[in-house]
Amino acid sequence: MNESPLELIRRLGASFLFVADRIGMMGIFLAKAFLYCFIPPLKVSLILKRIRFIGLQSTLLIILTGAFTGMVLGLQGFYTLNRVGSTAFLGPAVALSIIKEMGPVITGFMVTGRAGSAIAAEIGIMRISEQIDAIELMGLQPFRYLVVPNLLAGIIALPLLTAMFDVVGIFGGYLVGVKLLGVSGGIYFGEMAASVTMDHVLEGLYKSLSFGVIITWVGCYKGYNTGTIGWGAEGVSKATTQSVVLSSVMILIWDYFMTSILF
Amino acid sequence: MIEIKDLHKSFAGVKVINGITLDVKKGEILALIGGSGQGKSVLLKHMAGLIKPDQGQVLVDGKEIAKLRGKTLSQLRSRLGFLFQGGALFDSMTVFDNVAFPLREKTKLGETEIRKRVIHELEQVGLSGEEEKYPTQLSGGMIKRAALVRELIWKPEIMFFDEPTAGLDPIIGQTIMNLIDTIHKRFPFTGIIVTHEIPKVFDIVNKVAMLHEGAILTEGSAEEIVSSDDPIVQQFIKGETEGPINYY
Repeated sequence: MNESPLELIRRLGASFLFVADRIGMMGIFLAKAFLYCFIPPLKVSLILKRIRFIGLQSTLLIILTGAFTGMVLGLQGFYTLNRVGSTAFLGPAVALSIIKEMGPVITGFMVTGRAGSAIAAEIGIMRISEQIDAIELMGLQPFRYLVVPNLLAGIIALPLLTAMFDVVGIFGGYLVGVKLLGVSGGIYFGEMAASVTMDHVLEGLYKSLSFGVIITWVGCYKGYNTGTIGWGAEGVSKATTQSVVLSSVMILIWDYFMTSILF
Repeated sequence: MIEIKDLHKSFAGVKVINGITLDVKKGEILALIGGSGQGKSVLLKHMAGLIKPDQGQVLVDGKEIAKLRGKTLSQLRSRLGFLFQGGALFDSMTVFDNVAFPLREKTKLGETEIRKRVIHELEQVGLSGEEEKYPTQLSGGMIKRAALVRELIWKPEIMFFDEPTAGLDPIIGQTIMNLIDTIHKRFPFTGIIVTHEIPKVFDIVNKVAMLHEGAILTEGSAEEIVSSDDPIVQQFIKGETEGPINYY
């Protein structure tokens, strides 16, 4: 394994170019998707179908994860705050953690696993079975039918799902903190109302909006380009896996930047 | 109508198309024959603009298809139809919705007129009563017929057929060939058929071109191909295992 420095530099350069090329392609894909959002006609029935799939059909999952996230925060928060005699701040601790971070991020992860992977698989299968080529050969633009409805549905559904997660999570914390561990209900909600501002809610809203874009963008991109990363069942499987991994990583990275730079 | 000039294409360093020059005239049906992996489907996809060549040109009515973009490309593609090997029916739609799709998306026809046309065309290919089924509920022959109707319902000027009878029994295969012939007589599209269906295809085409090792080995009328003294052509059309073509 005695590699010359020149060969090492060449390989590093090739890897860098490969990554830059992929980022560029993904950027162009997203720009094109947004462009088609503003060029009529929009396929409203398809958008509604995708909202149903990404949003409505994820509600049970979001309620379940929201409730348990809130409950565990209530439990952990109570024991931590109890040490310093500040259990009165349990409400704000649970609410701010959920509204600013946990709500958007966990909702993003759940939707990535449930809908992002399905979007990649569905479009990937359409790619390998030449259904996308068939749309193109009819002189139609596949983005209108496959990408735009998913992107808009993600932008609409994610904030709504996040709001649902937030509400259920706060009540999960209430259930554990107030009903099980004896914190006063008035203090739980009173301190919360005094601490949580509209800016906090907007922070969560902006994050969830952007996560909606990330999940659907990555899912559509990976599915649409299935042929470039492998064909057949293996290609679809790779597209699905890559979509989930990339979306999850991008959600965390983007969350950090939004938190540190914008807020 | 379609001119191919010195076309070259490689995939991952493997040369698939090696300098093909070919003409297809308006209203003519051309059969592309040749062994598996000789580049027939790749050539067909070049003609439809689905693949860009490494070198050379594909001209449709004098326009180089690989250089067209946006609206111009959409307009040209609106004149094309493509029957894919697997049919490429949209598996989330019923047979009816699949066939109605191009009419709904590309014309201003009302739903009543669309329904009338779709039902009529499905009747013509023996798919009456199958309208509400999904592609996964259909047999191979039914998928091909439904896909054929979807492509032909808006009367394209140029029609590409990628192995229209692959995987079908001989009777259904012959039915599909007859159907292509009947429809061509109803409205004379320019057609290119990639097929291994020899000699059945010879009855419905005006010209045959044989591909071998990524290039056109010979082209001419069906009679000229049948009477060719090229041993490769003879071995291929007779399906002999002994001869100059050796896959092993």
